[in-house]
Amino acid sequence: MGAARCIKKDALLTWLEEVGKSRLVLAPRAQGKSTAFLPFDPAKGISLSGLATSSPKQALIPRHEALLEFRYTKTDQVPAQTGLAVRELIPNQPTLVFGARPCDARGFTVLDRVYDAGAKRDVYYCARRDKTIVATVACTEPADTCFCNRVGGGPGDSAGSDILVTELDQLYVLEAVTQRGEAFLLEQKLPDATELADKAQAARAAVRAAMPEGDSLLGAPDKVGALFDEMPFWDGVAAKCLSCGACSYLCPTCYCFNITDESKGGQGVRVRTWDNCMSFQFTLEGSGHNPRATKSQRMRNRVGHKFCYYPTLHDGALSCVGCGRCIAHCPVSMDIRRIVSKALTYEKAAKEHSNV
Amino acid sequence: MSENPGTNLYLPFMATIQEVVRETQNIKTFRVTLNDPEQMRNFRFAPGQVGQLSVFGVGESTFVINSPPTRMEYLQFSVMRVGELTTRLHKLRKGDQIGVRAPLGNSFPFEDMKGKNVVFVGGGIGMAPLRTLLLYMLDNRTDYGDITLLYGARSPSDMAFSYELPDWLARKDMSTVLTVDNGTPDWAHKVGLIPNVLKEMNPSPENSVAVTCGPPIMIKFTIQALHALGFQDEQIITTLEKRMKCGVGICGRCNIGSKYVCQDGPVFTYAQLRELPNEL
Repeated sequence: MGAARCIKKDALLTWLEEVGKSRLVLAPRAQGKSTAFLPFDPAKGISLSGLATSSPKQALIPRHEALLEFRYTKTDQVPAQTGLAVRELIPNQPTLVFGARPCDARGFTVLDRVYDAGAKRDVYYCARRDKTIVATVACTEPADTCFCNRVGGGPGDSAGSDILVTELDQLYVLEAVTQRGEAFLLEQKLPDATELADKAQAARAAVRAAMPEGDSLLGAPDKVGALFDEMPFWDGVAAKCLSCGACSYLCPTCYCFNITDESKGGQGVRVRTWDNCMSFQFTLEGSGHNPRATKSQRMRNRVGHKFCYYPTLHDGALSCVGCGRCIAHCPVSMDIRRIVSKALTYEKAAKEHSNV
Repeated sequence: MSENPGTNLYLPFMATIQEVVRETQNIKTFRVTLNDPEQMRNFRFAPGQVGQLSVFGVGESTFVINSPPTRMEYLQFSVMRVGELTTRLHKLRKGDQIGVRAPLGNSFPFEDMKGKNVVFVGGGIGMAPLRTLLLYMLDNRTDYGDITLLYGARSPSDMAFSYELPDWLARKDMSTVLTVDNGTPDWAHKVGLIPNVLKEMNPSPENSVAVTCGPPIMIKFTIQALHALGFQDEQIITTLEKRMKCGVGICGRCNIGSKYVCQDGPVFTYAQLRELPNEL
């Protein structure tokens, strides 16, 4: 790693306030019963205890994002013709995400592979990514629902972060992970902490070692793929799902979107909004045909995407980062760990016994 | 991707409707040109590729470019009125402004098909993607073997491209058969379901490729008929349709397993389709 700086815990808010003068700072803040990444307000503080209810993905893929703006005009031609002016709305807001967790940052790497794929660059995502510093706070107390270590991550991992922040007693140690993070860190008036880097690493390793080892889910792609036509399996795991979409909205890697136009009086914007693949309407076609008409088919796609299709396209990387938000906040206690574990050990019913 | 302005995947070319042709009671054809002459001049695509048409204020939908790349006076899209966007499109007239994001997706393997006999089997609006390839082949006639077209619709008044049919029927360098499910007294062609008429026609699979598009049920039985005639899975090509938003493999709607119809398709051989999960 590159530069290391440190900051006293009681000086954090002052520092974030200072940073906030030149860039938007998004940090977790308690709001009612939940914690969300909100624009930093020194008067309201930040909440770094545990995992925020929602993920910071909105920093790179906002819930509602205007892509283009358009305006119809009348031209002078005879007979009157309608002119149309369309303008791109490329984001240009320097941002610091402070207090992401390693699972959240890993989620950004999942998004990077999709939105910044070589020749096919999503200019909106890339503009945000380029102007955003992700400062990730290494976890000290993984929750019961955490399973980052079963999907390739860890409570102190730096993947996807620009800066990794480690708690050491009364200090936060900030270590640059990327050049972007390095450049940002060097601009800050913070004391050097190079000699604390080893200690910080040891602290992260201790948390990792204390985290219960569950069975790895990295072998899921083949098995989940092989179960595609095994509808009894999907019927079983999807039975209690309400298709409410809480899991998709809270997930740091769910990136499917809708594009719609919002207009009034001959002008408006084309917007991109988060969408939810568990919704019936998601794939409903104009003809009335729906390739994923049943909840079981939609659950198969949701689990399949994270544990089979995405890994197939991206060298085996799962698009689940093990944050456990979908488990902690599901109104009917769905548990994706259990679904994938079940898939890994599922024995197809012998053909002669099944009701084909 | 194309030479979209500023390499923004979501920014359409601005285009003008030059002509609207009423094909049937629910299908209209739009002939459009890109407003920037240089963009129009530089526009390249291959038969089978699709585009997203924008009506700003309503949204976007995917349609195949059904004019061939050998005839670039305009880009042609034929649109069946089904939902919100298509209903609005049908209200547009000559001179109206739309957006075009194209070309998207893959194309028919028209290079690999050189030297082969080609059997087109189109049903209803499914004739549109076939038209692109058919006209491309007619414009490069010596590159291909025998060309056979079977085109069917529910009734004579449901046949799109009716103004072209006399020419296709008269041409000596292709053989054309028309059929309808329900005939009328003045209908001079076949009456019968496409797969049945196809079996009657009995095209040889020898050195041939069949290209089919139409309603799912028609495709299903057409493929069965082709199998019965001895066509192998690799010799059968079709093109799929799915609900799409981004058109560039991101938004998550048109996937079949790990394949995205918008970029890995819409054209697939039946051999490829059989390898895909069954989620059409």
